Amino acid sequence: MSVVVKNLVKVFGNIVAVDSINFSVEKGEIFGLLGPNGAGKTTTMKILCTLLKPTSGDAFVEGYSVRRDPKKVREKLGVVFQESTLDIELTVFENLDLHGRLYGMGINERRSRIDELLELVNLEDYRNVQVKKLSGGMKRKLEVIRGIMHSPDILILDEPTLGLDAATRRTIWRHIEEISEDVTIILSTHYMEEAEKLCDRVAVMRNGKIVALDSPQSLKERIGEEIIVLSFESSDINVERLKAVSDGLTGLATHISLNGNAIEIHVKSASAVLPEVMEVLRTLRDVNVKGVEIRKPTLEDVFITLSGDSTSGDEHGGT
Amino acid sequence: MGELDAVYVLWLRDLKRYLRAKSRVFGSIGMPFFFLAFFSLGFRRVEFPGVEIDYVSFISPGIAAMVVLFTGVFSGVSVVWDRQFGFLREIMVSPASRFSIALGRALGGATTAFVQGLIMVAVSMLIGFRPAGNNLLLFPVLLFLTALTFTSIGIAISTVMRDIHGFQIVVNFFVFPIFFLSGALFPLSELPSFVEALAMLNPLTYSVDALRWSTTGYAFFNPILSIAVIFLSCFLFLLLSSFLFSRTEVE
Repeated sequence: MSVVVKNLVKVFGNIVAVDSINFSVEKGEIFGLLGPNGAGKTTTMKILCTLLKPTSGDAFVEGYSVRRDPKKVREKLGVVFQESTLDIELTVFENLDLHGRLYGMGINERRSRIDELLELVNLEDYRNVQVKKLSGGMKRKLEVIRGIMHSPDILILDEPTLGLDAATRRTIWRHIEEISEDVTIILSTHYMEEAEKLCDRVAVMRNGKIVALDSPQSLKERIGEEIIVLSFESSDINVERLKAVSDGLTGLATHISLNGNAIEIHVKSASAVLPEVMEVLRTLRDVNVKGVEIRKPTLEDVFITLSGDSTSGDEHGGT
Repeated sequence: MGELDAVYVLWLRDLKRYLRAKSRVFGSIGMPFFFLAFFSLGFRRVEFPGVEIDYVSFISPGIAAMVVLFTGVFSGVSVVWDRQFGFLREIMVSPASRFSIALGRALGGATTAFVQGLIMVAVSMLIGFRPAGNNLLLFPVLLFLTALTFTSIGIAISTVMRDIHGFQIVVNFFVFPIFFLSGALFPLSELPSFVEALAMLNPLTYSVDALRWSTTGYAFFNPILSIAVIFLSCFLFLLLSSFLFSRTEVE
């Protein structure tokens, strides 16, 4: 195991930011911490990289405790923070060179590694440009390659694509996939798509707790193979009718929820359940179905289901 | 990996930033320059009893001390936002020890403050200051140690500050009193005895006196005493700031 987290707790004043969580990450894995802002992802990451001390519990990085051997832990890690930690007055090369020196790399090793990494993310032409003149996407790329420059065993990425446009986000994902062959990655994100695309396993966090932990595929299967989405006129749909639909489909659906003007029904097989759904709808008077759609669940569906309240969609941040 | 590398990296980084930001050079010399210019104009015919040197010679070493005081404390306190948001976090997750980080930062800040102080001396010479004597070579040493002391004090303050809004309080209720109580502008013997006693507790008092002694030969204290205080306070505050810094968390 590359990383083991045991009964980890972090309390700030009277706020429990991380509430006794447990997980472990295998060598070579991309492990995601997924959750809304304030779920405890960043606090967990900061404890892993020894910036914060745990209130109780412990975390082990390559066998070293963050409590007792923070220096050993830091030697194993590469970290990319949510906010930029580049020195914007220095050039691209100087930022990387300082980093290499800090991790005890010799001059030749630094030079060749910098060339290699700049080429990887197509920043060769910006080698001697001050960082303040780079775009947001370029800075992020630079931070990611700086994080892996000293060949860490574990790379910690805190919201690696926060605030980037869709195209740049995809580029960063590609680079993360490229480098993930050599390194164990723990990343936090509130973009479901990001977790789904990159992660081997995902821990869904909420209010400092891990509410689910599995591969994105299994998490999706857990809530059903398919989702039937029935959309209505807004005046036609309310909680009572949702209940009526729900009662009529007992035993056939794994989860039923209201999402705006639509009812979402999680089922094993849509084609088998759809006739029953139509039957139930017929029993309801004055209801016009505007559309029926069948789709595969996404991590977002998992997330909304796990949060247990389908009307709290606004809390989930971006996506 | 060598801890010295971390110290060196941080020092080098501060120096590079300093050389690139021209506005910093003028910014932190502006106010001391006006103190120097207007005080030496306004008081040029003033004679203090027992002081054998003219006022420009009297005030110039004090103004050099003012520059390293202000620049040093500011540089140290700026660790607050560097630690929360900036580049320092990158250093905090590296294998470098907290002690090396504090030391590198203190040396970097002290070096830039020292260079600013030297520039101020050059400016004083344009106004008529003529450093002389057999102890001139001690001047840069003492100036650097003073810069290191106050950068360390700035770092120590930064570890107990939550955010940068407290900076104005530090300037008004710490930096200015330290400066006015140091004997940089007038001889300590002019002060009422209880204020003079306060000045005796101020490390900058001994720096100002020793800097003045090394450039003009005039001193209030025995120079050996002043130099000993400078070395001792530099060592103590460096140790204190490293200790406080090593206990901080990044929230």
